[in-house]
Amino acid sequence: MDAVLLARIQFAFTIAYHFIFVPMSIGLSIMMVASERRYYKSDIPADKAATRFWIRLFTTTFAIGVATGITMEFAFGTNWANYSRFVGNIFGAPLAAEGLLAFFLESVFLGVLLFGRDRVSKRLYYVSTWLVMCGALLSALWILIANSWMQTPAGYEVVNGKAILTDFWAAALNPSIAQRYTHTIAACIIAGAFLVSAIGAWYLLKGRHVHMARHTLRTGLIVGLIFSAAMPLIGHWSATEVAKYQPIKMAAFENVGQTADRVPMYLFGVTNGAGKTTGVGIPSGLSLLLGFSPDHVVTGLDSVPAADRPPEQITFQAWHLMIALSGLFVLVMLIAVVMLALKRIEKARWVLWLLVICSPLPIVAIFLGWVAAEVGRQPWIVQGLLRTTDAVSPVVSSGEILATLGLFGLIYLVLFIGWWRIFFGTIRKGPEEVVDMLTAEKAPATPAPAGAGR
Amino acid sequence: MTLQWLWFVLVGVLLTGYAVLDGFDLGAGVLYPFIARNDVEKNLIRGSIGPVWDGNEVWLLTGGGALFAAFPAVYASTFSGFYLAIMLVLFGLILRAVSIEYRGRDEGFKRMWDAAFFVGSLLPALLVGVAVGNVIRGIPLDAHGDYTGTFFQLLNWYSLLIGLLGLCAIVTHGAAWLALKLDGPVQERAIKVRGISQIVCVLLFVLATVATLSQASRATDNVFGAWYGWLAVIVVLGAVVWSRWGMLKGDHRAAFLGTALTIIGVGGIFAVSNYPDMVPARGTPASTSLTVSNSASGSTTLTAMLIITLIGFPIVIGYMIFAYRTFRGKAQQAHTDY
Repeated sequence: MDAVLLARIQFAFTIAYHFIFVPMSIGLSIMMVASERRYYKSDIPADKAATRFWIRLFTTTFAIGVATGITMEFAFGTNWANYSRFVGNIFGAPLAAEGLLAFFLESVFLGVLLFGRDRVSKRLYYVSTWLVMCGALLSALWILIANSWMQTPAGYEVVNGKAILTDFWAAALNPSIAQRYTHTIAACIIAGAFLVSAIGAWYLLKGRHVHMARHTLRTGLIVGLIFSAAMPLIGHWSATEVAKYQPIKMAAFENVGQTADRVPMYLFGVTNGAGKTTGVGIPSGLSLLLGFSPDHVVTGLDSVPAADRPPEQITFQAWHLMIALSGLFVLVMLIAVVMLALKRIEKARWVLWLLVICSPLPIVAIFLGWVAAEVGRQPWIVQGLLRTTDAVSPVVSSGEILATLGLFGLIYLVLFIGWWRIFFGTIRKGPEEVVDMLTAEKAPATPAPAGAGR
Repeated sequence: MTLQWLWFVLVGVLLTGYAVLDGFDLGAGVLYPFIARNDVEKNLIRGSIGPVWDGNEVWLLTGGGALFAAFPAVYASTFSGFYLAIMLVLFGLILRAVSIEYRGRDEGFKRMWDAAFFVGSLLPALLVGVAVGNVIRGIPLDAHGDYTGTFFQLLNWYSLLIGLLGLCAIVTHGAAWLALKLDGPVQERAIKVRGISQIVCVLLFVLATVATLSQASRATDNVFGAWYGWLAVIVVLGAVVWSRWGMLKGDHRAAFLGTALTIIGVGGIFAVSNYPDMVPARGTPASTSLTVSNSASGSTTLTAMLIITLIGFPIVIGYMIFAYRTFRGKAQQAHTDY
């Protein structure tokens, strides 16, 4: 098999896997802060137990995010050496900054959360939950700066086949970072909100931990509704920026064959080659959305040679399914919040089940959004500057990639099984029983006689 | 250029910081199955590194990021050239990171997570040294900067010797940490390992020096040809003596700080031995060597990164002091409640 294709499969697999756990971590970190805030103010043991529960879910998820994130930093050098040579002047700096300004913050205060309950003051413990969350949000900022530069490069000049930094702020604050960061973090918060709402809903369905479940559900639903409702606007902002800076990607989203006005927007459909789509659409929809007028001209795929176009089917489907899911999220959250406001949600078991069933869908939507953004940029790895096929490591053979891909598959499967056992085991046990276990284990830790208990 | 030299030093500081800090928890991981006889002792070992290991590992991520940003050609050539070795290090780091967090929470799979913690610690502890050995000895490179050898050429006797030395140094350092942080039977075993492995380390170091004289005389010439090379050598010798003195006196803190300083000195020797080369060519024209000047990023990048570092690095040192102060004293058991 072709080494470039294998390198792409390996990168796609490892980053898609990483990106399952990152949104959950960000969402759970916010819940962890909210929960510790409650305990900080109330001083009730049940609230302390709730924080412990959220920290446990957070760290179980975060551990995989950290571990699989190392892969990403290594992968640029191991599998994408020519890419690293080309962009090193620009792309390495945010990665180093991410380590220096975000990872240290996260990891040190994570240690406090895990081991410091009896070693630091209650206030410092509460501050630590904030700092871990800030670390996660900062780390997302730096890595998205790096990614945004690949989409909308700025602040550079190409000298001797290398992109050389000319203006740090122009490169860091490149045209797509603001919308990409907002869009990504909002998506992560929606994912977190659905996740915690589902946990609250599940406890209410089982009639367990009702006190905690109620305020978890309330927090999750309110945050979830606000961000789900804001997402169409944020998404619109993203789309107009894509149309402005990456018009061919926009053309692939809607499979616009020729540059024209009155371009429709499909609700769903199937593409049969560039510009040919079978499906149901809103006449002039895309022109209206991008330019607020049916006369707005949208750039078509035909404005560049066929070799410079992304594959339209994958891009089209990913983008449309993401939007459809985003609409579904608004609907689900709206129903749930109305029931909550009417104080009928605990009796409306179907709403609670709906929340449980929908909980993984935001992760799917995030995956689809990532596919749309990255496949839509093809054949470029850095938009307009470097092709993906020219970016791989010349010395790494397809056999080597295949072997490591197999090992990644195996190791990531084991990690997933471990995560699943602990994550759902923790939910099954619930917050209060964790406390019981703790008090049971508070017995003095006398070293067992040598050789015993092995 | 001053900026390039400064970044060479800064990358060296970050990677040496990694070796010193993650070194002891990697060492604890390598010793884990051998000196813990039951679950309580295992919990103690994991508990001793639990609050700090993650922050220690971030030194590698930051050092790797800084290498990428400051010397992209070196990052690209070594990471792709040492592909399989780097991937094994990576698999080790992944397994380790997850197993430390999961071992105490997953009773049913605890044997598997134990094994993952050991293997995940052993692979980086051994292979990083092998990579360093190859970088000192030099590797065949083409004009584009790509490695032209094979995977098995990386497993030459000289690099394996350096790998063994690295592993031994990490085990000594890890044992010194466990002796400092624990008490009872695990501490006694750690003290025994510490004493023996330090002697093995010194013997391997002498052997490695002789081997370097024959295999990479350029490196020994660099070290013995400059005052800072001698300084690094004297730091290593002084640190070994200090550490040994601590071991004999039962001063576990001095013993541990001594092994830490030893690693810092060895990091200095490694940096001096190659400068101004970063990856010397071996068997290919000297012009293909990756040097500080031909692999560095432009001055705009280096300046911007320097400003970020000047802001970020003091804060990081603050975090580190905070973390080690908060968790000073004898270790607790690894929690199972969080």
